[in-house]
Amino acid sequence: MKDIRRLALVLTLIAATAGLVLSLVEQVTRAPIAEQRRQETLRALSAVLPAFDNQPDADTLTLVVGSDRKGKPIERTFYRGRLAGELSGVAFAVTAPDGYSGDIVVMVGADPQGTVTGMAILRHAETPGLGDKIEDDWFRAQFPGKNLDNADWRVKKDGGGFDEITGATISPRAVVGAMRQGLEFFRAQKTQILSAPAEGGSP
Amino acid sequence: MNLQDEFTKGLWRDNPVFKLLLGLCPVLAVTTSAENGLGMGLATTFVLLCSNIVVSLLRKVIPSKVRIPSFIVIIASFVTVVQLTMEAYLYDLHKALGIFIPLIVVNCLILGRAEAFASKQPLRGALIDGLGMGLGFTLALFVLGGVREIFGAGTLLGVSLFGGAYQPFLLMILPPGAFITLGFLLAGMNRIESARR
Repeated sequence: MKDIRRLALVLTLIAATAGLVLSLVEQVTRAPIAEQRRQETLRALSAVLPAFDNQPDADTLTLVVGSDRKGKPIERTFYRGRLAGELSGVAFAVTAPDGYSGDIVVMVGADPQGTVTGMAILRHAETPGLGDKIEDDWFRAQFPGKNLDNADWRVKKDGGGFDEITGATISPRAVVGAMRQGLEFFRAQKTQILSAPAEGGSP
Repeated sequence: MNLQDEFTKGLWRDNPVFKLLLGLCPVLAVTTSAENGLGMGLATTFVLLCSNIVVSLLRKVIPSKVRIPSFIVIIASFVTVVQLTMEAYLYDLHKALGIFIPLIVVNCLILGRAEAFASKQPLRGALIDGLGMGLGFTLALFVLGGVREIFGAGTLLGVSLFGGAYQPFLLMILPPGAFITLGFLLAGMNRIESARR
């Protein structure tokens, strides 16, 4: 029994020291990590929104867009860009669950009328060299200027208006489909998204 | 065994990847480019070096009955330190390596060196061993990533090698490419070894 006490003591001491070290490191890195994540969101926002001079990541609105399989609500954050106080565009991230490998997260920017101003892929795990061409400029360039009325939001193979990628139809189909659903939600909730006051606070 | 020997054994004679075939999960998964290989290798080296030092210092304190959980706690702590630091200061690399950073914890190379070497050796030997093994691991990942990047993307460290006309050999950056490249590298090393004898 003496042995057990010693074993427990040593393990406890090691674990406690490890916990102490980790809490110190976490404290030091917390601010830089938050800043890196914020910068990443800001980079994506500047890529998809029309010119703005406010801080879109502080002018946000979060709405419930549906529920997942377990019935938990899925929330979506809308980032609003303003130029000289005028609302110039809204950006939001949509998730395509039907990619070739895992979720594809797309940041979509639209003007107040619902016409796309830009899109950027935030996260994906598509096949390198095939599906990951959804990140290429030529693929992304076909979206600005399109809205629900002037374009058929399907890939050409399905009879729609958007180019797919040779050898990889699944990824573009997922992206186009998710963007269409995002724009439909935007159109349905437009008044609220455009005029509701900002939630305030940092993201 | 002198110290120089302890250091160089990790680079060639007991190279963790090419000779001991340890820790192959990250080896095969993240080496899609030379940069990823290098980043993963250096992260692993840091963890290996730190855990070797601590395990060696505590080798008389830790009772042998609880040595494995103790080693794991020590290793996991250093992995978390690496992960947080990387996310704070090398964000892009952190995103590229993703889940494989936390998985350094279960890299059998690190636990293997703690168990087989550091827990029986004084500080200096354990330090040199960790450094040599870590750099050997990094070298292997860098070579593997470099070869796969050259064939699979036509670039090395992001610099285009063959101009725009090169048609990338996609298979090489997909998972089978890792096995094929590793196989050829192992064959090449065996060839050199047998020619020496």
